[in-house]
Amino acid sequence: MTATPGGLLLVAAVLVPFVGVLAGFALGGRNAQRVAAVTILAGAAIAAAIVAAAPDSGGTLVYLLGGWPPPLGIALRADALSLVMIPAIAVVILGIGVYARADFATPEGVREARAPLVFWTLLLAIWGALNLVFVAGEAFFEQVALELLTFAAVPLVSLDGKAETLRAALRYLLYALSGSIFYLLGAVLVYGTYGTLDIALLGERADPDPATLVAAALMTVGLAAKTALFPLHLWLPPAHAGAPPAASAVLSGLVVKGSWFLVVRLWFDVLPGVVTAPSAELLAALGAGAILVGNVVALRQERLKLLVAYSTVAQIGYLFLMFPLAFDAGAAALARGGALAGGTLQAISHALAKAAMFMAAGLVYRGLGHDRIAELGGVARALPLTVLTFAVAGLALMGLPPSGAFAAKKLLLDAAGMSGRWWWETVLDVGGLLTASYVVLVLAHALARPAGGAVEPAKPVSRLSELAALALALGSLALGFAALGPAPFDALPKPLAAKEFGAALVTLTGGAVLAVALGRKLPPLAAGGGLAAAVRRVTVPAGAAFVRADGVLRQWPVAALALMLAAIAFAATMLLGR
Amino acid sequence: MIAALNAALAVLVLALAVWTVAARSTFAATVGFVAYGLVLTLVWVQLQGVDIALTEGAIGGGLTGAMLVAAAARLRDTEASARAERPGLALRIAAACVAACVTAALAYAILALPEPAPTLAHLTADNIASTGVANPITAVLIAFRAMDTLLEAIVVLFAMIGVWSLAPDRAWGGRPGQPHHADPDGILAWFARVLPPIGIVVAIYIFWVGADEPGGKFQAATILAAMWMLAVVAGLADAPPVSRTWVRLALVGGAVVFLAVGAAGVVTAGAFLAYPDGYAKLLIKLIEWALLPSIALALALIMAGAPERPER
Repeated sequence: MTATPGGLLLVAAVLVPFVGVLAGFALGGRNAQRVAAVTILAGAAIAAAIVAAAPDSGGTLVYLLGGWPPPLGIALRADALSLVMIPAIAVVILGIGVYARADFATPEGVREARAPLVFWTLLLAIWGALNLVFVAGEAFFEQVALELLTFAAVPLVSLDGKAETLRAALRYLLYALSGSIFYLLGAVLVYGTYGTLDIALLGERADPDPATLVAAALMTVGLAAKTALFPLHLWLPPAHAGAPPAASAVLSGLVVKGSWFLVVRLWFDVLPGVVTAPSAELLAALGAGAILVGNVVALRQERLKLLVAYSTVAQIGYLFLMFPLAFDAGAAALARGGALAGGTLQAISHALAKAAMFMAAGLVYRGLGHDRIAELGGVARALPLTVLTFAVAGLALMGLPPSGAFAAKKLLLDAAGMSGRWWWETVLDVGGLLTASYVVLVLAHALARPAGGAVEPAKPVSRLSELAALALALGSLALGFAALGPAPFDALPKPLAAKEFGAALVTLTGGAVLAVALGRKLPPLAAGGGLAAAVRRVTVPAGAAFVRADGVLRQWPVAALALMLAAIAFAATMLLGR
Repeated sequence: MIAALNAALAVLVLALAVWTVAARSTFAATVGFVAYGLVLTLVWVQLQGVDIALTEGAIGGGLTGAMLVAAAARLRDTEASARAERPGLALRIAAACVAACVTAALAYAILALPEPAPTLAHLTADNIASTGVANPITAVLIAFRAMDTLLEAIVVLFAMIGVWSLAPDRAWGGRPGQPHHADPDGILAWFARVLPPIGIVVAIYIFWVGADEPGGKFQAATILAAMWMLAVVAGLADAPPVSRTWVRLALVGGAVVFLAVGAAGVVTAGAFLAYPDGYAKLLIKLIEWALLPSIALALALIMAGAPERPER
């Protein structure tokens, strides 16, 4: 293995944000924000340079740190997957950086304040750690990247210093560290078997022997816990809903993608011949569970930020649907192709849309002084841009054309082929309908007439923040135009076909019907109607049952049991499938 | 004789682990954990992993133990309510069964590992000459896998920022923790006067031999941090306000020097974190000298906790 031209850019992508952390922390005060601004621009330029340098290196950038080749040294490697994620994350960071200027400015008359210093340094820290996740060429090095990511992310949860967010942060830390222990145990077993943790070397050497199977199960479950894949999601709703909006956007849009990306690395690159069809189906089944439970519970929330957090639980499920679709039965291994492209597009689309949605929710909170969904009436008139952002992000999340999620869905369905296609189509369509239902519900409340006269914003919101959120939402919605780009995206249906608009209309109408059936509190114009009342007598208790089930799963003892049971289940499916 | 000793160590480690899990009070569990760390140190010595033993003793048992004792002291008031949340018998039995299954799978996997274990030790031995150091652990940490170590020096800072983020806003920039008062003629103050000079010498010795023998900056930094904390707890010294410029510069200094040496390697040796021929040992020592105070200060400040006393 040798270094390629431009490989040094990978070092820069990881270390420039970290240099920003050190400089911002050392200089302190307002300088932390200034350093962050400069670093974000520099980092975005580096991301662009990496993409530009890739063709000269045959599509994969490699750098040998210290000049030592693996397995003695560590390599940084950016393949096609990394080359998509690095610029996408840079765009989201840029958007969040612009958005957060209003929320995390150091107040006048103070030399340094706690929240701004912590936010700006840790935002850069998360960025560097994510870039490291994308380019690290070795399984232990990935563990270092994950720890950097976790330690940078957890303090953002409790930035407001309230007891309940502190509890949420602690929950996140402890569960994420349990995940780390599982991952580390697996990595130790892999090293003990092969004498290396280099991803490229392992991809050639790994065999399905007992130790490797146990390692694969442990590492997968550890990463799933850090990603909050259902039913290992106990920490996510309070953490993502309790953080300040800019931090929620980072956590929900970006941080969970780090451990998800490692599952992709592990399954596609480290152990492609070790994982089996049943284990891939188990992963997707957990994803399907996430979509169903996450979406229904989102619809039953009273508070907007919790709704968006539960929507993340559901959207994480989508990211795991691709694994069985990528399974090549002939080769008995995972193969890169349309399914992986679809899953990646799904992740990027979600990163943009979810960041935008949390930003919009934050602006609503700031504008109204609360985020109770039933009392949103009039907010569309007070904050039209923000409500538009929520709507656009919602359209992108439900997978309507021309969104990235729409293109991703088509790629996944193409990969599913004819056999078993109905099952994937059902999962994806039900997910889309449920997403549509809570977006429609929130918009119906937001567009409704306010209870007591016109709504004046309690506090002015920053126009720049509104525009940053809208830009990210529009970015997600426009990702479907990737269909005009290179393979494998060129095979996609063109997003603006008339047929797709018909399907979109069906999704929205179905979503509205579901919202009427399951919604917690309906806006005045939908509340009437004897039929709706009759249906709700049946459907509302069903929705409440989902909420209760979720409550049980999110108790500590149950979640800890689930972690171990999931490890056993993955080990069993990896044994059974061969 | 040695076999009997090893068997006794194995039984003791397991017994202490069970004690730590089963102990009802947080404090008892903490004591069990510290003792477990000490016995584990001996186990590593028996396995000829002296570097790991030093790290386990200093960080696993010592530093973590001290932090857990402090945390247990703060948690005394919540002990009763935590006990009330104890899960029922059925759940505990279920947990025991599932945990036993996972343990069995782990044991099975470990017994299935190839013998002799594949290793990179020979590769390290073949290449160590170019680094100028004789301790292979140091060569791995600061040469072959220098990026790991650089990032670990940075993650300590992230953890410290995380601890500081818990400060009340009015105390931001002030001194960490509550002030400590101890009888100036008492036993604690006496220890805090007598021990630090010895501890500092031991730390510097462990640091100095790290290039060629087991030891190194992380273990030495932990001892230095512990000596300083002893003086703080005895009321003889106080932690500095976290907004001081010298504190900030000292904290980032190690990582900055490491980064600078790494970047210089691009020009002088053709790769980031590569050392030019003949200068490897000098540069490795430079990095270690720079990391020592930064890591010691960061560990000490993590132990001292979030700022709680506003600066007047």
